[in-house]
Amino acid sequence: MTALLLFSLGLIIEKAVLIIVLFVVTLGVAAYSTYGERKIAAFFQDRLGPSNAGPWGLLQPLADGVKMFTKEDFVPNQSERWIYILAPGAFIFVALMASAVIPWGTTLTLGGLNWDLQVADLNIGILYVIGLASLSVYGIMLGGWASNNKFSLYGAIRASSQMISYELAMGLSLIAIVMLSGSLSLKTIVDQQAGMWNVVYQPLGFILFLTCALAECNRAPFDMAECETELIGGYHTEYSAMKLGMFLFAEYINMFISCTIISCLYFGGYHFPGVDPGWLGGLMGPIVLLAKAFFFIFVFMWIRWTLPRFRYDQLMHLGWKSLIPLAIVNMMLTGAGILWLGK
Amino acid sequence: MQSLTNRSKNVVNKKMTFMERIYLPAIAKGMWTTLKHFFRKSNTVSYPQEQREFAPVYRGWHVLKRDEQGRENCTACGLCAVACPAEAITMVAEERQKGEEHLYREEKYAAVYEINMLRCIFCGLCEEACPKEAIFLTDRLVPSDYVRQNFIFGKDMLVEGITPDKRIDVTVRQKHLTEKVMS
Repeated sequence: MTALLLFSLGLIIEKAVLIIVLFVVTLGVAAYSTYGERKIAAFFQDRLGPSNAGPWGLLQPLADGVKMFTKEDFVPNQSERWIYILAPGAFIFVALMASAVIPWGTTLTLGGLNWDLQVADLNIGILYVIGLASLSVYGIMLGGWASNNKFSLYGAIRASSQMISYELAMGLSLIAIVMLSGSLSLKTIVDQQAGMWNVVYQPLGFILFLTCALAECNRAPFDMAECETELIGGYHTEYSAMKLGMFLFAEYINMFISCTIISCLYFGGYHFPGVDPGWLGGLMGPIVLLAKAFFFIFVFMWIRWTLPRFRYDQLMHLGWKSLIPLAIVNMMLTGAGILWLGK
Repeated sequence: MQSLTNRSKNVVNKKMTFMERIYLPAIAKGMWTTLKHFFRKSNTVSYPQEQREFAPVYRGWHVLKRDEQGRENCTACGLCAVACPAEAITMVAEERQKGEEHLYREEKYAAVYEINMLRCIFCGLCEEACPKEAIFLTDRLVPSDYVRQNFIFGKDMLVEGITPDKRIDVTVRQKHLTEKVMS
């Protein structure tokens, strides 16, 4: 009885520690993504970027945070007050939840006990992620609607219809992965890629998923929801201070999470050829996964600072007329391949 | 209508080919272009820390010169005010009294000499018009201020000091200007 209690206590502590570490890492990465975004944008445009706050401007996110916290917290008179206040919270909450199923490394054995570097190894991990991706539209929609502003509502409607359209193609390209691995658990999918990464079998699926991930994160070239030039910020036009900060932060968290999920699904997660995820006391796994995620964050930013924004009808054409048929073809090809090769 | 430059292009709304319609080659090309810029040296001058050198003929904050004995050159003839296209210069002339010979070089001097720095376009025509080598433009920047009134510079802001360390050197710009005229 006591052994069981100790075990469950240990489990709770382990998970709590893991959650806190994950929370801090996610927020840290999101904060420094803003710095990275500005630095990378600057380099792409032959500029220097933030350079005055600390060495190489490294304290810039801190300065931004102070700015966000100390600004006037404005609530428009005509807004739906409570929904207006809740929306950023809902958005960032959903964004943070998705990190729960990401497997950060192999199971460690420390002090005779097994430590899982994953908060929850759900057997429906992918479904969970997709579900949260759908939920994240609520924060945007609520925020945009509660602001009681045309531009915000426009942004929110654009965002939600875009997300709904691209989720289809995203789900269809994921089905091909699930067919390959025969499991919905992210950990199983990652472990099956120890020999060969999924991207080799699923190049088309990867491109589809990457495109849809860009659209789901509301990033350029699909940043229709907040296009500064047309909608003056879109759904967060009326937001200020830390509420705006939370929206922006949640977007960077979303980007980080999508990048880790892309790495997990198509690029072998914590596996890297010639690198054992158990090195450095098992810390090599998280390092490899983070490195891959950072690479994809860089690619996201690279795309943002290269491509112009799609027009809205072009976006819908691309989503419904190109990506979904392609995803279905990809699914059928995968099925045929599995049948043929008996894999 | 015939184009003057021969650079205009006729726009045609042709259908995109298959390669164009899958976007990816064009995207790859664009990303290659941006990547090349990523590794290029930036053109930024981090302003307060590093400052670009001024051109030797830079035209900034005016100075009213004194001669070697410390007497003001300006005789308030008003040619600079006439030459000024922005009408930024005003002055009030005064006759030199006995005992003021060490202050003013000639019998007439400018009791008030004002340049409105917000009107001034720093064209340098005042300098060109001056027959007495009294007004020159220098490489000093006009300091910023919050009050418009403070941009009307009187003699206290314009006339150079008497002691050698307070003199303002205008030889560099003048040398470059004369060289340009010679060549």
